[in-house]
Amino acid sequence: MPAEEPVAVVGVGQTKHVAARRDVSIAGLVREAARRALDDAGLGWVDVDAVVIGKAPDFFEGVMMPELYLADALGAVGKPMLRVHTAGSVGGSTALVAANLVAARVHRTVLTLAFEKQSESNAMWGLSLPVPFQQPLLAGAGGFFAPHVRAYMRRSGAPQTVGSLVAYKDRRNALKNPYAHLHEHGITLEKVQSSPMLWDPIRYSETCPSSDGACAMVLTDRAGAARSPHRPAWVHGGAMRSEPTLFAGKDFVSPQAGKDCAADVYRQAGITDPRREIDAVEMYVPFSWYEPMWLENLGFAAEGEGWKLTESGVTELDGDLPVNPSGGVLSTNPIGASGMIRFAEAALQVRGRAGAHQVEGARMALGHAYGGGSQFFSMWLVGAEPPAT
Amino acid sequence: MRDVAIVAFSQTDHVRGSEEISEVEMLMPVLHDVLGRTGLRTGDIGFTCSGSSDYLAGRAFSFTMALDGVGAWPPIAESHVETDGAWALYEAWVELLTGEADTALVYAWGKSSPGSVRDVLTRQLDPYYLAPLWPDSVALAALQAQALVDAGETDEPALAAIAARSRTDAADNPHAQLRGARAQGDYVVRPLRTGDCPPVGDGAAAVVLAAGDRARELCDRPAWIRGMDHRIEPHSLGVRDLTDSPSTRLAAEGAGAFERPVDTAELHAPFTSQEVVLRKALRLGGSVRINASGGALAANPVMAAGLIRIGEAAAAVHRGASDRALAHATSGPCLQQNLVAVLEGEPHAR
Repeated sequence: MPAEEPVAVVGVGQTKHVAARRDVSIAGLVREAARRALDDAGLGWVDVDAVVIGKAPDFFEGVMMPELYLADALGAVGKPMLRVHTAGSVGGSTALVAANLVAARVHRTVLTLAFEKQSESNAMWGLSLPVPFQQPLLAGAGGFFAPHVRAYMRRSGAPQTVGSLVAYKDRRNALKNPYAHLHEHGITLEKVQSSPMLWDPIRYSETCPSSDGACAMVLTDRAGAARSPHRPAWVHGGAMRSEPTLFAGKDFVSPQAGKDCAADVYRQAGITDPRREIDAVEMYVPFSWYEPMWLENLGFAAEGEGWKLTESGVTELDGDLPVNPSGGVLSTNPIGASGMIRFAEAALQVRGRAGAHQVEGARMALGHAYGGGSQFFSMWLVGAEPPAT
Repeated sequence: MRDVAIVAFSQTDHVRGSEEISEVEMLMPVLHDVLGRTGLRTGDIGFTCSGSSDYLAGRAFSFTMALDGVGAWPPIAESHVETDGAWALYEAWVELLTGEADTALVYAWGKSSPGSVRDVLTRQLDPYYLAPLWPDSVALAALQAQALVDAGETDEPALAAIAARSRTDAADNPHAQLRGARAQGDYVVRPLRTGDCPPVGDGAAAVVLAAGDRARELCDRPAWIRGMDHRIEPHSLGVRDLTDSPSTRLAAEGAGAFERPVDTAELHAPFTSQEVVLRKALRLGGSVRINASGGALAANPVMAAGLIRIGEAAAAVHRGASDRALAHATSGPCLQQNLVAVLEGEPHAR
């Protein structure tokens, strides 16, 4: 980011994501991720100047403004604590707000965290409250997004098989990620393709799970990065963009807000050819078909060509543009945390700390999140080297 | 650090109920008005941030509809906080400090009328130990008030005087929900009477921020943000001294409030007893004009009331009524989280 102070990611922590963490409270869950991020950074609670926390709707756990009750668990007492909520993109937006605090030199070291403990409530009904005079969400997110996937298939001429390829890839990648929720050891392409049709053309195995989980990062300035026990990731660009949910001119297949957001991030980072200059991508793919759709929206492929990258294996872990080496949202979806996991996994890649799902030699990685009806976007680019000043 | 100022402020008339209009309809006039004051259009704004709560709206992602009122097309750089709009203003201020934007639009709204706000606010308590007991916001404020009385920090006549002063001052505020002197009323929860409690109401507010010369272009006398900070305290009331507000004091220090005296203060104290706590924490002497707008006792649209305090303080600077003003916002039970901003006008412009 072209700001006062370069921003470094020196700590990343996640919980093992599962369908229900019945052994911990919400406070216990977030503290676990925060503690791991601080350990990674070699820091204690006392080193944190401020906490920025995000999650998706409060209805998902049935707690209004849960950050108030979480202040103690996150060591925020006596410190600034800011809560961000931008729907599904919130994990990314939260990280960007935290990064701004460092970039503007308001604080030196900031703990940022996002979570969702979906088992405390029911996310489906949390999204399906009847509201007069407004369009109800159509039987969950899949009902809303399926027609747009259809539109993509019609527009691009992509074969029916592309969605299952993405799901098969992401679920195999998840097997290499110890924090991923779904570990489907017996996964085969045939199993994905024969799974039940939920919202035509989206099959059961092409959808994300509902997870309990939290993700935390420690962001710091140049001096903090110099003290970091492990290699930092450096923020080269970050942006948010929003557009209305529904209007006559909206392109649901490739929203303008997503294109504008990516263009802004590339401009900040000096990226002119994302396909060649970016080594790994963690993109928000809750339904498998969104991989080819976002490949186009993010400028990695020309319009109508994204599915060809997927089909030819370019986005595989050993391809030349790996997408979701962690297994992605398709394998792990604590909704409010999912965006931050994308940002954090991008940071792990350029820090060389992604373990078995490490992309060899990754130097520049993109973290991407979206929310609402493809309405809110947040992205960041992180690199192994500090940005040129 | 870049100089950033509040250059425009607008608010609705706050009302007991607004069931005939949607949130978007409530916001639209405020957004048009605040932009109109600067001549800016949505597309000119560098960053937009809002504050609200899904629990008041009774639906998830309620802010997504409100965004329609902004007219986010072509796409805008935008964010949202699930709390009072004062924290949205803080996020926007930081964005401007990074240099990524030169102007920001901040707005907030709250409609308390569709439900029982006393019941709704119980849902923000610890979900395992406290929320199941449904202790409501007035009962918790009464605990704090009684602690103050027991400590000899105030008494019921002093609280009544705060209520009387606020509501009398509100007579000059055309937006206030309760205007002019009124009876202190019966006990709601001892020792708090009707007059010690805020009205339940609906309303919205918006502010435009601008950096450096942009601010001078947009406003004759910008209200420069000299400092802004916010701090949080433990959630459990059992581990807090309810007669004090260390988080307010820390925020005020961080904002530079104690470096020089202020002449004006807008305090977000929905209950009279909370003004007692805040005055002490902020070391406000008798010469400081407090809540000339009538404060939250005259209009308390939840999630907008804190932003309105900042807006009222800025407006006092804009019209030359204040040279150095303090604005305060609060969130959480019994003043758990507090924000302080210090605003100044340039002397020569008066």
